[in-house]
Amino acid sequence: MRALWASSKGRGIIYQVLLSTGLVFLILLLVANAFYNMEQRGLKAGFGFLDRSAGFGIVQSLISYDETSSYGRAFVVGLLNTVLIASIGIVLATFLGFMIGIMRLSPNWLVSKLANIYIETFRNIPLLLQILFWYVAVLKPLPAPLDLFKKGESFLLSFNNRGLVFATPVPQASFSLVLWSLFFAVVVSIGWVLYTRWRQKTKGSQLPVGLPCFSLILGLPLAIFFLLGSPLDFTSPVMGRFTYDGGTTVVIEFFALLWALVIYTAAFIAEIVRAGIQGIPYGQSEAAYSLGLKRGQTLKLVTIPQALRIIIPPLTSQYLNLTKNSSLAAAIAYPDLVSVFAGTALNQTGRAIEIMFLTLSVYLSLSLLTSLVMNVYQSHTRLIDR
Amino acid sequence: MTFKSIGRGLIAFSLPIVFALGTLSFTLNPASALGGFGGGGGGGGYGKTLEEVKDKGYIQCGVSQGLPGFSNPDDAGNWSGIDVEFCNAVAAAVFGDPTKVQFSPLSAKVRFESLRSGEVDLLARNTTWTFDRDVALGLEFVGVNYYDGQGFMVRRNLGVNSAFELNNVSVCTNTGTTTELNAADFFRANKLKYKIVAFEKADEVVAAYDAERCDVYTTDRSGLAAQRTKLANPREHKVLPEIISKEPLGPVVRQGDEQWADVVRWTLNALINAEEMGLTSANISSQKNSDNPKVRRFVGTEGEFGTALGLDDNAWAYNIVEKVGNYGEIYERTVGPKTPLGLSRGANALWTNGGILYAPPLR
Repeated sequence: MRALWASSKGRGIIYQVLLSTGLVFLILLLVANAFYNMEQRGLKAGFGFLDRSAGFGIVQSLISYDETSSYGRAFVVGLLNTVLIASIGIVLATFLGFMIGIMRLSPNWLVSKLANIYIETFRNIPLLLQILFWYVAVLKPLPAPLDLFKKGESFLLSFNNRGLVFATPVPQASFSLVLWSLFFAVVVSIGWVLYTRWRQKTKGSQLPVGLPCFSLILGLPLAIFFLLGSPLDFTSPVMGRFTYDGGTTVVIEFFALLWALVIYTAAFIAEIVRAGIQGIPYGQSEAAYSLGLKRGQTLKLVTIPQALRIIIPPLTSQYLNLTKNSSLAAAIAYPDLVSVFAGTALNQTGRAIEIMFLTLSVYLSLSLLTSLVMNVYQSHTRLIDR
Repeated sequence: MTFKSIGRGLIAFSLPIVFALGTLSFTLNPASALGGFGGGGGGGGYGKTLEEVKDKGYIQCGVSQGLPGFSNPDDAGNWSGIDVEFCNAVAAAVFGDPTKVQFSPLSAKVRFESLRSGEVDLLARNTTWTFDRDVALGLEFVGVNYYDGQGFMVRRNLGVNSAFELNNVSVCTNTGTTTELNAADFFRANKLKYKIVAFEKADEVVAAYDAERCDVYTTDRSGLAAQRTKLANPREHKVLPEIISKEPLGPVVRQGDEQWADVVRWTLNALINAEEMGLTSANISSQKNSDNPKVRRFVGTEGEFGTALGLDDNAWAYNIVEKVGNYGEIYERTVGPKTPLGLSRGANALWTNGGILYAPPLR
């Protein structure tokens, strides 16, 4: 023991043991305390309630759900709605953020100032206020279905204050051919990309990639689709006395929340992108120019790959923020996990501890998953020390 | 990371777990020590709420985040409403001073947890008394201070006269309330199609309904009357005649503290009995030396009802009526026909006047 204390490494071990003992003890104390207090109140812990029928409706669901479904299914519905808004939000915020970030660096005074105003405005207003603002701002000008259609009228597509409503596509049997042709086009395109790369490496000459691949992937399935005589039926929404019935609806709250989250997160991403690009010494670009690379090539081949190394860690944390911020959905009735499960289900069952545990676990898992994906990506782009 | 450092890490993590498992068997047994750490720390405790309330000198009362007529703050942060005055009445009973109350605005979602954890001593937050809440959630409903029922509000220009016409509608309401379930039950039972749009706060429900996001707004009928005053043009909306549920709203306390439950329950009974006996804040001081034994018991000149409840003053009921008023007075100032809510007594009239308000006698 004395020998252990004598070395700095040994002392390190002792400190760690003491600290982690304290930590584990504290956690166990909290858990035991929670169970004790629940027992005192005559509450039984357990997840049996997940099989009970939920009894409430949910306005938007990616899987089939009705009032007779279980709380467990309501949990999945909420989870999928959260994943939906987070994944689409991350993609859009990345695009918008990169665009604004590059605009911010533009030599054009007006463009750069506009980007600056955008960033400073949206970064500095609390997100909840922005969500409520955009919700009302989106809701007010949009017409109600009653103002748009007469009773009994059917329509294919409408964007009104209930959401984006469109006729539900119902594929016929031969529609699978269209999907197969799409798959074929993608495979051929990948082959073409690999071929052009090989050709550039060995012979040094370049062939066009973007346009042929794009037209193949879009054109071939479309051509097959029309050759087969449009093998897709639509069930149209029909206007009733108060609102429409049928069709597929993406609720208006989804758009308001998505818009707010994207606008807000993009402002942060823009600054991260700017910092990343400015973090690369200008000498790198000058060296590339002197080798004869064009401005676009320099950006694509020299500046951005290096800037990504700086950008990715803070970008990851913005992705995590966006996912977590999506839980503000409850304020505007978007049926996400917090609103459906930690809101309605919690109140109906009173199972606060179990439900909060599940909800926290979901956000933790989503965050860890995002971090994992980004870390794997970063390990591809990092500098290899030799 | 080398193998050596992994080994060290393993030791660092496994040792404390062994320690902790050893201590767990110890910590779980003398659970009473842990209980003091949780319940008592939060100000709750069992069988001792009254004592704690007396010690700290005020009652922490859980109310809504703003429902006109029930519990609503004004610009200066002063609360008013039927639930707020109930809290005042309990304070008058305990301290002889109705102002010794602090209000905690609670969302529908957190209200029960706040009560159970001891954050508030009493919940007077337009809360519906249901089996599940009373039996399975560790709560104790002490009575009913407003008999309500769920209804529907629609825009007049839709030309709707009955809730049974509401097929294929979009319905706005609050999350985490019985309202959501009642609406689901009503539409399912009558084979009507609906979409529920559930918001966390009442203000957002009103804003969304006002922006025509929904065709129908559903909540308790008293709530509809209250929220209607917040709409841009209250006259353009109407409440449909159907009442689709029973919503007995009442004060709630923690289960397991019968003494405190009795104090709150008898405060409510005293308010109702006072109205029945014709005792008001204006006339009760002149009744102090009444010969009527019923009145003498009420004002505390006969019997020891206060000390039996654990209160310091036998004139606790006298204090309630003198400083706050009887049930009828409270009703008239908060939700009655002369207020913006304009709710007639209806079921909330005394049993002697055709209502269902009936309190056990004070004897």
